[in-house]
Amino acid sequence: MPQSAEKIKDHVTLFREPEYTEMLREKRDAFECPHPDDTVREISDWTRTEDYREKNFARKSLVVNPAKACQPLGAVFCASGFEGTLSFVHGSQGCVAYYRSHLSRHFKEPASAVSSSMTEDAAVFGGLNNMIDGLANARALYQPKMIAVSTTCMAEVIGDDLHAFITTSKEKGSVPQDFDVPFAHTPAFHGSHVNGYDNMLLGILTHFWQDGERTPGTAINIIPGFDGYCVGNNRELKRVLDLMDVEYTILSDPSDVYDTPSDGDFRMYDGGTTIADTKAALDAKATLSMQEFCTKKVMAFAKEKEHETASFHYPMGVEATDEVLMAVSELAGKPIPDALVRERGRLVDALADSMSIVHGKSFAVFGDPDFVYGMCRFLMEMGAEPRHALATNGTKPWAKKMTALLDSSPYGRDCEVWPGCDLWHMRSLLNTTPADFLIGSSYGKYLERDTGVPLIRLAFPIFDRHHHHRFPTWGYQGGLHVLVRILDTILDRLDDDTSEAGVTDISFDLTR
Amino acid sequence: MSDLRQIAFYGKGGIGKSTTSQNTIAALAEMGLKVLIVGCDPKADSTRLMLHAKAQQTVLHLAAEAGSVEDLELEDVLRTGYGGVSCVESGGPEPGVGCAGRGVITSINFLEENGAYEGQDYIVYDVLGDVVCGGFAMPIRENKAQEIYIVMSGEMMALYAANNISRGILKYANTGGVRLGGLICNSRQTDLELELAEAMAKKLSTKLIHFVPRDNIVQHAELRRMTVIEYAPESAQADEYRALAKNIHENKGNGVIPTPISMDELEDMLMEFGILKSDEEMIAELEAKEAAQKAVA
Repeated sequence: MPQSAEKIKDHVTLFREPEYTEMLREKRDAFECPHPDDTVREISDWTRTEDYREKNFARKSLVVNPAKACQPLGAVFCASGFEGTLSFVHGSQGCVAYYRSHLSRHFKEPASAVSSSMTEDAAVFGGLNNMIDGLANARALYQPKMIAVSTTCMAEVIGDDLHAFITTSKEKGSVPQDFDVPFAHTPAFHGSHVNGYDNMLLGILTHFWQDGERTPGTAINIIPGFDGYCVGNNRELKRVLDLMDVEYTILSDPSDVYDTPSDGDFRMYDGGTTIADTKAALDAKATLSMQEFCTKKVMAFAKEKEHETASFHYPMGVEATDEVLMAVSELAGKPIPDALVRERGRLVDALADSMSIVHGKSFAVFGDPDFVYGMCRFLMEMGAEPRHALATNGTKPWAKKMTALLDSSPYGRDCEVWPGCDLWHMRSLLNTTPADFLIGSSYGKYLERDTGVPLIRLAFPIFDRHHHHRFPTWGYQGGLHVLVRILDTILDRLDDDTSEAGVTDISFDLTR
Repeated sequence: MSDLRQIAFYGKGGIGKSTTSQNTIAALAEMGLKVLIVGCDPKADSTRLMLHAKAQQTVLHLAAEAGSVEDLELEDVLRTGYGGVSCVESGGPEPGVGCAGRGVITSINFLEENGAYEGQDYIVYDVLGDVVCGGFAMPIRENKAQEIYIVMSGEMMALYAANNISRGILKYANTGGVRLGGLICNSRQTDLELELAEAMAKKLSTKLIHFVPRDNIVQHAELRRMTVIEYAPESAQADEYRALAKNIHENKGNGVIPTPISMDELEDMLMEFGILKSDEEMIAELEAKEAAQKAVA
């Protein structure tokens, strides 16, 4: 027996034992009608050709490995950034298990959310009773301060109306009249998680702001948008804003709930924007979005409420950070403190130190629209050349903005923009118009294996590496962190390329 | 936005709902009002009399062609018809497949998000038959139609449908602003039709907005894909539709929360008007018939 209690092998080594390799080979021959190795290789090689790329891009009715998730995932993420808030997803249970596991796998933290557990009868008769019972049970069991309701496809297809259902539930005594139950319709078959984030935040702000009277104040609202690095980035934002001595409210701040300490107490809720702060945020002087394509509706709402508004695109690097800080400084009437000026100088210094390593390296980037924009911008800033910019949830207006950005620098000249494309498209791109490195989420590891292009994990979700999200990617400090991640991969690759003794090791240098 | 008036026409299929709504809209347009029709029927015939076309390209059809709704522009789906009326058909799947109700939700969201409602005086939803699922109730939701007008006639199934639609409205009226605007009787020349329509309106706590008499000129106009207002503006029937439009226009804010009745009550009412016979009457009739046959034998 290959396995023994004395020395337990994990699956990596266990399935390489002769018993298993033999068994798997027999299964393959008996049941899988395998093609000869030559044929497999031939087809595999063909999928790397221009011919295949043409066919792949002519594909209309099939999506393979889309780099996006569905609306309710964004809604659950958004709601988790408010104090004591429980996400209640009206629809089927399985969907909610997916949002929870997706967030847990990325943050390595529990992600709490409940569903209204709709089954066949609810699909026929409508889910009103599930809402009435569900809200009452969720409140009794988990004692939230607020329940944020979103929807799965099932509730959306049968047309359940959240406004009417929540009002009726309250009338029937499910939860008290004054209990906060903001809501957002989040049909998963429309848009992506970035739209779900937008809709949920709009639902929450509408709930607290619609009947309020605004007394314009001096504070600034900051909306981070859907961000897998929220733990590091929101803390960095707060550090920087505190250094600037600015009055601010971060609208949806999940940095604590996705990074709770292990001290013996389980925290289902932790930190987050308080309800009082959310209400008071109506009086803010301005609302700033860190991710324009993630906050279209909510920013239009802020404008309607007569806030000054400005939107950015995932502020990574020197120039992008400068823009945010200068906007904040101007709105708040506070100068940028010397400490930040020095931080900026250090980042510029680091970029200059590593210029020769990064210069001319080409990158393929995929992820959410704002991430891809911010990433490409920072790459060009450090002297690298974006080659492909792909966002499955990228729209035509996004592609237009991307093109304008790439046109602004000679480093962007050879970059193509791919809105609405998936990772199977990216595979063809990397095979035919290669890049030196790939930047994206964990799903890029299959591309790395297939094409040999090294992956740098900087986009959501990151399932197969731990704790990256605890470090910032925004601001000058974040820029430094991103630079180091990129440099490490470039230099690792260089060492690999020069490591064969007597053949290539003339360049296997100690100092790089 | 607060001045925008949103109304919806509901009614049993085949009752002449789309004909009535388009004639009414043509009359509203004559009054100088800017109207947008949102056809919420997979048959997509809510705008044909305005556009003089068989059927308009629908939102969902175009979305399916383009790949998704997100790829559509407002200009792709919006057509201008008689009297400057803007026309949109939501469309939907072929009979027997898919979900037409979801199509209504998708279309209305698309129109709102892309600013189709801006600059209009009226949004008119023309909705398929009975309220059959949550999707077809979309126009009744909060911040959508403020008043619902039910097109009916003196036939039993039309009355049954009117009662059912009222039940749908009631569900939403308790939690929101939607109200029943009234009944519109599109005459089928059944016995005691006007009286019956008025009695039904009373039972539902609403009123008969207008009684539209039957006139072949409607069919003549329809064959030419026109409203009567356009085809025969001087006709008496055109004036009937103008009166209907005026009544609806002046009915702003007068909607009520309907009081739908039980099936038994509805049947009692129909019996009172001699449309439905009681069990005893039917048995008596049957016995008389059998006796007559025996006598012949």
